[in-house]
Amino acid sequence: MTTREAFLRAKAEGRAALIPYLTAGFPSREGFLEAMREVLPYADLLEIGLPYSDPLGDGPVIQRASEVALKKGMSVQGVLELVREVRALTPKPLFLMTYLNPVLAWGPERFFSLFKQAGATGLILPDLPPDEDPALVRLAQEIGLETVFLLAPTSTEGRIETVVRYATGFIYAVSVTGVTGERERLPEEVRDLVRRIRAKTPLPVAVGFGVSGRETAAQAAVADGVVVGSALIRALEAGRPLAPLLEEVRQGLFQKEPA
Amino acid sequence: MLRLPDFPLPDARGRFGPYGGRYVPETLIPALEEVEAAYKEAKKDPAFLAELDHYLKTFAGRPTPLFHARRLSQYWGGAQVYLKREDLLHTGAHKINNTLGQALLAKRMGKRRVIAETGAGQHGVSVATVAALFGMECVVYMGEEDVRRQALNVFRMKLLGAEVRPVAAGSRTLKDATNEAIRDWLTHVRTTFYILGSVVGPHPYPMMVREFQSVIGEEVKAQSLELFGRYPDALIAAVGGGSNAIGLFAPFAYLPEGERPRLIGVEAAGEGLSTGRHAASIGAGKRGVLHGSYMYLLYDHDGQITPAHSVSAGLDYPGVGPEHSYYADQGIAEYAAVTDEEALEGFKLLARLEGIIPALESAHAIAHAAKVVPEMDKDQVVVINLSGRGDKDVTEAMRLLGGEL
Repeated sequence: MTTREAFLRAKAEGRAALIPYLTAGFPSREGFLEAMREVLPYADLLEIGLPYSDPLGDGPVIQRASEVALKKGMSVQGVLELVREVRALTPKPLFLMTYLNPVLAWGPERFFSLFKQAGATGLILPDLPPDEDPALVRLAQEIGLETVFLLAPTSTEGRIETVVRYATGFIYAVSVTGVTGERERLPEEVRDLVRRIRAKTPLPVAVGFGVSGRETAAQAAVADGVVVGSALIRALEAGRPLAPLLEEVRQGLFQKEPA
Repeated sequence: MLRLPDFPLPDARGRFGPYGGRYVPETLIPALEEVEAAYKEAKKDPAFLAELDHYLKTFAGRPTPLFHARRLSQYWGGAQVYLKREDLLHTGAHKINNTLGQALLAKRMGKRRVIAETGAGQHGVSVATVAALFGMECVVYMGEEDVRRQALNVFRMKLLGAEVRPVAAGSRTLKDATNEAIRDWLTHVRTTFYILGSVVGPHPYPMMVREFQSVIGEEVKAQSLELFGRYPDALIAAVGGGSNAIGLFAPFAYLPEGERPRLIGVEAAGEGLSTGRHAASIGAGKRGVLHGSYMYLLYDHDGQITPAHSVSAGLDYPGVGPEHSYYADQGIAEYAAVTDEEALEGFKLLARLEGIIPALESAHAIAHAAKVVPEMDKDQVVVINLSGRGDKDVTEAMRLLGGEL
């Protein structure tokens, strides 16, 4: 299933696409796979985070999850194997969220090729503004990976134009100035940001950061997709089932107000 | 009149060759563009320069002397050794050159809240100091482990009116405090100015911090011409992130090869490069990205950053600024590393021979000079950057040296 098809299918059902995020290896290798099986029925696309020692775009919840995963021995090799196993479970588009240094450590060509072979659809690179390294972005695309970049409420028109030029797959719109983590409400400017991005690209736009339940999901559903991460991780931390949260978020996705 | 010099690098994209850049979440890119534009404008504004000059002279205590260390020179029996006395500055180290500059820039940009990262607390104290001076709200991030080890500096910062926020993530030291400061900036980017303490981080920080610190090298240039009628033969400075070394080196680094003094950066070899417990990013690291910049770094086979180690908290950082990374590749400067033990010897030596207790950071430069200076001729001149004073390290040194004195 292509990324485009996944977004279109959700749209045909009158809702935004749901993109759950899970940190690979959290709460453990097996726990991650279990959580993945739990989110799969609700997911239109998937985001898997490669745990990193210095995740400067992430709030405390995902920081903790990354630390736990690394302490339990999760590695790039381990994430590759998990991606392969998830790919065996589902044809849905699967994006690897990774900070740049692990890519550089493995060598970009090797890293990209291995994740492509393992079944990844694309990459989300939170600390790579694409114009910092256009050759790296081209390489990932030539290897067959989609390249997703972030845009933020602070992004100027100029930045939006630059970033969409390099983006494939979808655009990740950050709902708030800040790091990942649940919020009670999203700022009104998220609607404005989605509109500003849509004016410059035909790619689907997904909103992430801060989605914690039905109300925030409804606010984010002005976009084509909604990412939910920290709320899932926190439920896993607390040993709660994920289905009720996903059900709640899903209901919010139908309530989208016109953008 | 103070001048903030222009240098051939970085290029328009903030690159020193391949190093540097802006590897940060997109949220910060407009803020970095804003800081860069404001800095470039300020640098050309006589009013800004006059104000900075005023505070450097009347508040920080510039210019600092270039002191002839006669007994040390005699002891080593080689070149004449001169010490650039940054240790005499207010707050006890070169850090104030940069914090005054950035705080004035923050003021100019209308930002009333400043944040900073700190390791041992020297940069934090320096930021808290300028925030008090200019009446700004100040939050300093410090690893929990460092908060415990450096209780006195935590108290100093509080005394100066700053809020100190302990960071419990990761290794609970400087790199994690830096992550947390960046997260704060991501969240409060519209109202807050981030005063970064070294020549690291995303563009324009490595450039801007270098230029505020280059007052060190500019003064050495003028003082050398006056004292010797020429430039020194060698310059030696300790390198963690690299701000005191860049401050000394940069005004000489872009001279034609024949006119350029030998530039020697000294990294922390900790317990030895082979033990893995060190902070020698150039000596034993690889190229990578941390805190927004492409540079030499310490990390494992998966790219996970490995904690640095040094007896000197100021050198305890797992990366080295992009300009140093470039100097190392180009052979503009040479980089060596000395162990904790050697640094402690340098610490004792300077105290006994010259009556100056150096910071443990600067003691690394002394320790390496002990290897270089004896090989040089008596009519040659070596300048060592005495980047800070050792008061802050006396307790730690007492613990480590015990009864050996």
